[in-house]
Amino acid sequence: MTLCEQLSLSFGEKTVLEDFSLAIPDRGIIALQGPSGCGKTTLLRILAGLQKPAAGNFPDLSPDQIALLFQDDRLLPWRTAQQQLTDVLPRSRWDEVPKLFELVEMSGEEHAYPSQLSGGMGRRLALARCLALEAKLYLLDEPFAGVDLPRAVRILERLRTWDAPILFVSHEPEILAKADVVLSLDGPPLQIIS
Amino acid sequence: MTPSTMGWTNPLKYLGQKLLAPVFWLGVWQLFAFLVDRSVQGRGNELLLPYPATVFSVLVEQAGQALFWQSILATLLRVVLGLALGAALGALLAALTCLSSWCDRLLSPAIRVIRAAPVASFILMVILWTGRGNVPTVIAAMMVLPVVWDSLSQGIRATDPKLLELGRAYRFSRKKILTLIYLPSLRPYILSALTTGAGLAWKSGVAAEVLCLPRPALGTQIYNTKYMLEIPELFAWTAVTVALSLVLEALLRRAMARWGRGWST
Repeated sequence: MTLCEQLSLSFGEKTVLEDFSLAIPDRGIIALQGPSGCGKTTLLRILAGLQKPAAGNFPDLSPDQIALLFQDDRLLPWRTAQQQLTDVLPRSRWDEVPKLFELVEMSGEEHAYPSQLSGGMGRRLALARCLALEAKLYLLDEPFAGVDLPRAVRILERLRTWDAPILFVSHEPEILAKADVVLSLDGPPLQIIS
Repeated sequence: MTPSTMGWTNPLKYLGQKLLAPVFWLGVWQLFAFLVDRSVQGRGNELLLPYPATVFSVLVEQAGQALFWQSILATLLRVVLGLALGAALGALLAALTCLSSWCDRLLSPAIRVIRAAPVASFILMVILWTGRGNVPTVIAAMMVLPVVWDSLSQGIRATDPKLLELGRAYRFSRKKILTLIYLPSLRPYILSALTTGAGLAWKSGVAAEVLCLPRPALGTQIYNTKYMLEIPELFAWTAVTVALSLVLEALLRRAMARWGRGWST
């Protein structure tokens, strides 16, 4: 599927995107890697509809069909782990909550508040909340930051059977090695180098 | 709160800490009453500064009368109603002025005028407009409104934009954005507004009662003491007003603590 075509965006003098286009397979796990500040996060925010490009179009998916895991957790400090998930799920899908906790290996932490979770647990909870959203594409911005490597690899393996394609950003070679496709980026302006 | 912070592990120490300030200030009051008594050589010190024991005995005597409890209940009702009305209107106006720059331009100056104008002027105006029975409630609401508006406006503007962006990205309904993001973020601002507002509601509500003399009312009782030069009674009614104000504030704090249980810092 073609995610975007001829995207352009500048911040003042700095050109972040210039005629940037991206197509990905319809299923599977796709990884993005590239140096910090090359424009990966900006690209994900544009695809999710949180930032408007100066030019470009989105042929196959609209922003409301895309779920984004932010680079920071953005958990609601006043909601328990379980509530973070039920807040984004319709009531008819609340029975999926235990499965999501199992997926990110957090069973038993349902009643903890974010302040009671470690950094890695908070990240996994934010990931579970993003996966709880119904979407045709999941964009995960560094989903395993602070998560120990063996656990991150196990979670990624489980995501292989996910219904929709997953596009994630990572810097860890061991995690990137588990992706079906790895796109190497450079910039700014953002470009695919391999 | 843990048992140690609640003082359960050492009840005597906890009680001592709680009673230290009241006992100290009662001692100061007793000392000054004694000095006044000595300087006037027992000739009418009760008119200037009565002893705490005298005030207490007046309080006990008043507590045996139905009018005492009727006055407390009537004033409590007026003040709580005024507080609720002022808080609701203040919250509504805060939401409007934060949502729309036009509303902000139109309403903010008017609210600032209410905050700056003398209470006495408002009391006299409201007596003319609404009749004396409603004055304390209306005045209490008018004093609470700008405090709640100011505090909640600050709170709304300080709500974490990243959480609001999350709400948009995760397609939260307006109701969810209000109940899951704005309201919990506003908790400290609501607490501050309500506790300050409750104090103001008592002060202005009782002041309005003193000027418009509804019956029964604490303010009317305070006015009567001035009329009859019953200074121990004045102290007793003032003590009742202060105690009620403190109880209301404590109840509000407890309710807000219950709301934030588990996650508040």
